[in-house]
Amino acid sequence: MSSPTPALPAHTQLSMLLRLLAIQGSWNYETLIGTGTGFCVEPALRLLPGGRDSPAYRDALARQTQYFNAHPYLAAVAVGALARAELDREPPHQIERYRRALCSPLGSLGDRLVWSAWLPFCSIVALALFALDASPLLIVLGFLALYNAGHLWLLVWGLRTGWRDGLRVAPALGTPLLRQGPTAISRAGAALGGLALPFVFARIAGGGAQDKLMLALVLLGALIAAALLLRLHGRLEGWKAGLLVLSLVAIYSAVRS
Amino acid sequence: MTAADLLPLVLLGAVIGFDTVSFPQAMLARPIVAATLGGALVGSALLGALCGAILECFALETLPVGASRYPEWGSASVVAGAMVGDAHAATVDALLIAVIVALAGAWLGGWSMVQLRSLNARRVRRSQDAIARGDGRVIRNLHLQGLLADLLRGAALTSVLLAIALPLRDVSERASQGLTLSVGRPMLAMVAVAVAVSAVWKHFAGVPYARAIIAVALASSVAWFFLT
Repeated sequence: MSSPTPALPAHTQLSMLLRLLAIQGSWNYETLIGTGTGFCVEPALRLLPGGRDSPAYRDALARQTQYFNAHPYLAAVAVGALARAELDREPPHQIERYRRALCSPLGSLGDRLVWSAWLPFCSIVALALFALDASPLLIVLGFLALYNAGHLWLLVWGLRTGWRDGLRVAPALGTPLLRQGPTAISRAGAALGGLALPFVFARIAGGGAQDKLMLALVLLGALIAAALLLRLHGRLEGWKAGLLVLSLVAIYSAVRS
Repeated sequence: MTAADLLPLVLLGAVIGFDTVSFPQAMLARPIVAATLGGALVGSALLGALCGAILECFALETLPVGASRYPEWGSASVVAGAMVGDAHAATVDALLIAVIVALAGAWLGGWSMVQLRSLNARRVRRSQDAIARGDGRVIRNLHLQGLLADLLRGAALTSVLLAIALPLRDVSERASQGLTLSVGRPMLAMVAVAVAVSAVWKHFAGVPYARAIIAVALASSVAWFFLT
């Protein structure tokens, strides 16, 4: 029978959660979120024998402030797991090895789930609300509530799961949400994007019913331009192309007038 | 936009820019949020939201993946939303110049983030001995200094963009005199939605059946829009 998970005091958990919201505050090209990870684990390390500034605390904090790379939300899993490992007094070389091993899965899973799926999906929901003529308040609050429901859930789940499982947290990363979630969210985003973007176009263009033929032609132009951008994928980013085109339009218009 | 509006805009731009990476990364820095807030601050959330939607179409393409270099949309969108909101009408000149300022500003913001990250790296290098000793005070201060530096970066970027944008308002009318409303806004929509459609395809096309889903949804939507 496995021993029960030791409790992490509520104020320590809260402190770690708040710090997780700032884990990227000292992001740099050498240690990436290493300093941030140490900053987030630190409240738990005060529970080590001797408390703050004890040799155990300093050794653990030095270990946890080295190079580390992970998705900022899934880093919560690492923070919980490494805090647990330190307080369980696991061998330092094992903790360091496990820390290095966590980088890749927590990075790739987070990128797939959040940056490539959840964020674009929520962004498209916001655009769909705009297309439906929702009020600015509803657009902003709807987007923020939806996105951050996922964001905060991941942080809380990650910290608790990491603390619960310690150095044995790897199987938890096989949860259906992390494995199949990106696919389901991406399909929903694909459907909603396809449905909403023509209406987003119409709302931005602001044409009346009598202009529908012109709008139809311009929308067709947008789809052709989209196809061209896809052909140029990797050689030209769309937003830079947009800046160039719009700047040329502005210059041409000013010269003409 | 009066002088009294500028300080709140700089503060808003600082906070929004801060949210991009540092705290709390709640996506306040997304253009549709930031531009709406910028517009609201000068009296028109509705116009800010219109500007924000256009910029969101461009931002859909960029992902804030860790070490990659990406535009910083937040501070730039605040300024753009304020520019359009200040015009009190969705004129072509206001929208066009605001979007151009935002796109260029986002690029500048991305560059500023790279500089900040290099500064953070230099600080960490200087403190290596203290970090190796596990000095909690030094580690905490390093992190807090990084946070403060990002907040100041957002404020500085917003100030620079406002300094560029305000004089541009006076010349923006000339920039779009060749464009009527009936041409200018569809043209803006075309460019923005082209980027958005290509972004949706790029993000999701690798998922099984997603290409078919996008194609069917797009075709259905276009048909419904123009037949009803």
